[in-house]
Amino acid sequence: MVALLRRLGCWALGLVREAGGMMLFLLEGLALAFVPPFRFRRLLQEMYLIGVRSVLIILLTAAFTGMILALQGFYTLKQYGSEGALGSAVALSLIREMGPVLTALMVSARAGSAVTAEIGIMRITEQLDALDTMAVSPMQYVVMPKLLAGLITVPLLTAIFDVMGIIGGYIVGVILLGLSSGIYFSEMVRSVVPLDINGGIVKSLVFGLTIILVACYKGYYTEHGAEGVSRATNQTVVLSAVLILAWDYLLTSFFM
Amino acid sequence: MIQIIDLCKSFNGQLVLDHVNLVLPKGKITVVIGKSGVGKSVLLKHIAGLLKPDAGRVLVEGRDINHLRGRELYDYKLRLAVLFQGGALFDSLTVFENIAFPLREKTRLPESEIAHRVRQRLEEMNLPPEVEYKFPDELSGGMKKRVAFARAMVQEPEIILFDEPVTGLDPPMASSVFHLIIKTHQDHGYTALVVSHDIPEVFQVADFVAMMHRGRIIAYGTPPEIQAHPDPLVQAFLHGEPDFLEA
Repeated sequence: MVALLRRLGCWALGLVREAGGMMLFLLEGLALAFVPPFRFRRLLQEMYLIGVRSVLIILLTAAFTGMILALQGFYTLKQYGSEGALGSAVALSLIREMGPVLTALMVSARAGSAVTAEIGIMRITEQLDALDTMAVSPMQYVVMPKLLAGLITVPLLTAIFDVMGIIGGYIVGVILLGLSSGIYFSEMVRSVVPLDINGGIVKSLVFGLTIILVACYKGYYTEHGAEGVSRATNQTVVLSAVLILAWDYLLTSFFM
Repeated sequence: MIQIIDLCKSFNGQLVLDHVNLVLPKGKITVVIGKSGVGKSVLLKHIAGLLKPDAGRVLVEGRDINHLRGRELYDYKLRLAVLFQGGALFDSLTVFENIAFPLREKTRLPESEIAHRVRQRLEEMNLPPEVEYKFPDELSGGMKKRVAFARAMVQEPEIILFDEPVTGLDPPMASSVFHLIIKTHQDHGYTALVVSHDIPEVFQVADFVAMMHRGRIIAYGTPPEIQAHPDPLVQAFLHGEPDFLEA
């Protein structure tokens, strides 16, 4: 029993230590954005790698999500004779929840794991140490542009997801199932209020920062060679997914 | 001159450096020898400022580098270059970009001057011009070391730290790297620390040799002095006796 409590205590302390370490890491990374040199070129490179190269998977995921929502929603609403509310149901689901969450999960799986692997390999091959000995801060050169890129691109990808999801819903609801195009869009315009959009943007900002923070942190503190990189990458995907859903609950309860 | 005074470092309760005392005379090459895992690279990383000691000091011209902050630390790092064991070349950059990196980051030289200096270093390292377009993963082990050496030299540092510069290289390539160290040292006169266990090849580059064993310096002197050292551990290491590994 004592051993169990001790193990639990060790685990809890480790968790608190890691959370504290991550917070300090984030503050240092963001603070370095205001210290010259400003590294716009590195920021653009990271925005391309994290954002632009995620566009295709976001478009695909969004289109199918919108189509599924429309399909499920149409037959459910039809039971109550309310299929006219399909546009509203699709848009609200996407803007409030599905858009930010699924975008974040997709970016985490595609770019988060890549960021961890990249920084982890730089760590184990001493490239981060090499930067340090050249009087170039690895935090400023490697981490800071990625954090900013996450913060900028994830909300933009979320917006793309929302639009594409609505188009997917339109294809199923209007083109395949015969709902009126005017009703689909007019219901959407009537029911979506600025708070829904703002909530989605805030969520995507928090998710974007969370994903890239976890990815950079896990990569930066990678140990024990190739196996360590593999473990860090795995931890990034799992921890990001859990944190995205936990943040989603907290933020949803705040906005409701 | 670099002085290491009573340097101690532990990792997870295991003492790796145990009151290490060593002097690296200015403009000379000091080689630290010893079997793998005795703390040679850890010592090098303390001089590079990559690790903080648990106790002791690393003095560079009388100033403890662990107390340097901001501009002073930046200036110290500008005077220093490290040749890492695996080269530590940036794998997303070409050879040219790798060598130009310190100049682009730390100077305001025009691109034409940077290109000139990069090609000068490539030539100094006996690397063919076409190698500048290649990425590190397209290079052989020996080429990687020479590109990393070129990157270190392009900064014209006053201090160069070599971490196992010939590990993993075939004997002719190892000899070529040692020859490059001798040649560049003659031309530029930097202060160097070479960490290696390649006996007897390292004696050809060394002005002074220190031998580490279990986190301590157990012998120090010129290469002839070390070769004639009375300590049986030193002799066992120099002659590659298997018993030494268990000692």
